[in-house]
Amino acid sequence: MTGKIKSITNPKLSLEILTPEEIHRLHTATLDIIETTGIRFPSKRALDIWEDHGAHIDRKTSIVKVPGQIIEDALKLAPQKYDLAARKPEQDLPLDGNHVFLGTDGCGVEVLDINTNKRRTSTWQDVADIARVADALEEIAFHWVAVSAQDLPPKTRGLHELRAIWENSTKHAQTESIYNEWEAKAAVEMAVVIAGGREALRKRPVLSIMQCTAPPLGQDGGSVDAALIGAEAGLPVGFMTMAACLTTGPATMAGNLVVGNAEVISATALIELAYPGAPVFYAAAQTASDLRTGAYTGGGPEDFLFGAAQNKLSDFYNIPLSMGSFATGAKEPNWHAGVENSLSTFMASLVMSDMLLGVGLLHGSRIWSYAQMLMDCEIFSIIQKVMQGIVVDDESLALDVIRSVGPGGNFLSQKHTLKHMRDLFIPQFMDRRPYNVWEEKHDDGRDWALEKARNILNTHQPEPLEPAVAAELKKIITSVEAR
Amino acid sequence: METEDLFKQMAQSITDGEAEKAAELAKQSIEQGIDPLDAINKGFVNGVNYVGDQFSCGNMYLPELVMAGEAMKAAVAVLEPELARRGSERKMLGKVVLCTVEGDIHEIGKTLVGTMLSATGFQVYDMGVDVPVMKVVEKAREVGADIVALSALLTTTMVHQKDVVEALEDIGLRSKVKVMVGGAPVTQEWVKQIGADGYSEDAIGAARVAKQLLGV
Repeated sequence: MTGKIKSITNPKLSLEILTPEEIHRLHTATLDIIETTGIRFPSKRALDIWEDHGAHIDRKTSIVKVPGQIIEDALKLAPQKYDLAARKPEQDLPLDGNHVFLGTDGCGVEVLDINTNKRRTSTWQDVADIARVADALEEIAFHWVAVSAQDLPPKTRGLHELRAIWENSTKHAQTESIYNEWEAKAAVEMAVVIAGGREALRKRPVLSIMQCTAPPLGQDGGSVDAALIGAEAGLPVGFMTMAACLTTGPATMAGNLVVGNAEVISATALIELAYPGAPVFYAAAQTASDLRTGAYTGGGPEDFLFGAAQNKLSDFYNIPLSMGSFATGAKEPNWHAGVENSLSTFMASLVMSDMLLGVGLLHGSRIWSYAQMLMDCEIFSIIQKVMQGIVVDDESLALDVIRSVGPGGNFLSQKHTLKHMRDLFIPQFMDRRPYNVWEEKHDDGRDWALEKARNILNTHQPEPLEPAVAAELKKIITSVEAR
Repeated sequence: METEDLFKQMAQSITDGEAEKAAELAKQSIEQGIDPLDAINKGFVNGVNYVGDQFSCGNMYLPELVMAGEAMKAAVAVLEPELARRGSERKMLGKVVLCTVEGDIHEIGKTLVGTMLSATGFQVYDMGVDVPVMKVVEKAREVGADIVALSALLTTTMVHQKDVVEALEDIGLRSKVKVMVGGAPVTQEWVKQIGADGYSEDAIGAARVAKQLLGV
């Protein structure tokens, strides 16, 4: 099972969600905000870089005001295409604008236990188990740290989480849980060991780093420092905005796009100024806060629109996009989860987001569910099929077959049918059985998805790390712990 | 203006979330010699209650609640010097020391909780973000806090909520202070595990929990 990776490619469907004029307006509005209002960069290193490149900085407030030209010129230095490398080269992921790859969501704090289905605090073993199941699933192309290893010390938690992934999967790892400079340095050292040297890592980055911005119009200093360390080593780095209408952004969607875009492109430009040509990506998971509680919603029509709009922005800047889709606000795998995860992922796929995050979490990315993970993979498969559209050619028009069956016959015994029947989608978790069969058992896709996950966890043996490599990873973590 | 009319306008300024108008009416009431406690209790508070009721039955939304809270704050700020001059004091539900813990800069949830708590009638000391454990504890002692409320968005910084609970114990303050925790990764289990007293997933719930904890 391991090896193959399913992606959306050569799509027949497309979506024009914003006109070129509208995108341009969003862009100039964003530059205006960066230049006149500024973005907070609470990092000495970042402020130094900005100052060296002619931005106006205020050391007291850490607010940076950057002329639009500097931002535009810096963004032009970013490569348009590159690969995310995997331990196994055949699992490398070309971010070339013609592939949509799926990852796991992150970073949850609780797990619906695979055996008892009871909710509990997440541990290191959960990170490892989820990575192992993801390793076996062809729909999943890369990992995020799905849940937090809360049984391990905060200081080295992010590093242990990476070790859990690498010990259990050959696929690319993108961490979203490295929050400072020294942690990033250690993560780079670990990636160097996996890749087999510094230059090898630069050529084939087996690790990429995703950092969150601090909306509105701010960055987390530690995150920026960590991203700079990653970029220095040649790791692809990206900044994700989660600016939300009503709370961390204006109530209007266009305004919220401007806030999020200002955060992302200012941080991305900083990386390019520090390390020209560094591989970067745009990342976004914008939403609208709930009107009653102000809470993160993880879904709704605004999310679906943002999911499509942001790829238009990243296309405008010619950099790949990592898009937050899935990540339902539902409390369990149910109607709510199905609607949100299907629509958000469909919209983000229609515009060919390079990376989709991600499968498996409930309650606004807080609670891991293996059943949800497997059903999210099915949603992705359905969308992958839809994106292929309808092929119209001689073979698919099938005129000879239609003529030979004629009025009143059926197509079941036609060779043409045998040849093409497997093009039709076969669901794993949808109940197409007769009513009475369902009535006897009252089970459904959730039960089957969970069963499949259990089966994978019990039987799938990922390709292990070389013992020397595994030992070296542990040694790096131990040396950080001792510090 | 007739006093009754003024009280009505005060309530309306809160309902409309008009901070400047509320401050102006407060000033006017002082000029007219109205007892500032009356201005608050017979005027402005009625607006807060109205918005609260409308919110509860789903006719108003969070931004309206926040703006009413801010208008209330503006009015009280104008009235406070007059309260002090008369030697009277507004009766508050309790004192809350509030912050986002050390190493964590996530602000919005914490600030929203602060707004809800002060709109509900608590005296809130908002210490901002990235606040070291000992600073929180010292502030709690200094102001005689009834509640310490701690926000964290990361599992790696959430541990400082526990550190504050322990530090309160170390200085012998724990029995006098209730500890509330919040932030996306916080769960009921975490509350139990660190020996805190309460938590809420959202800001409005936080005000409710604070009242329960103090039995007010």
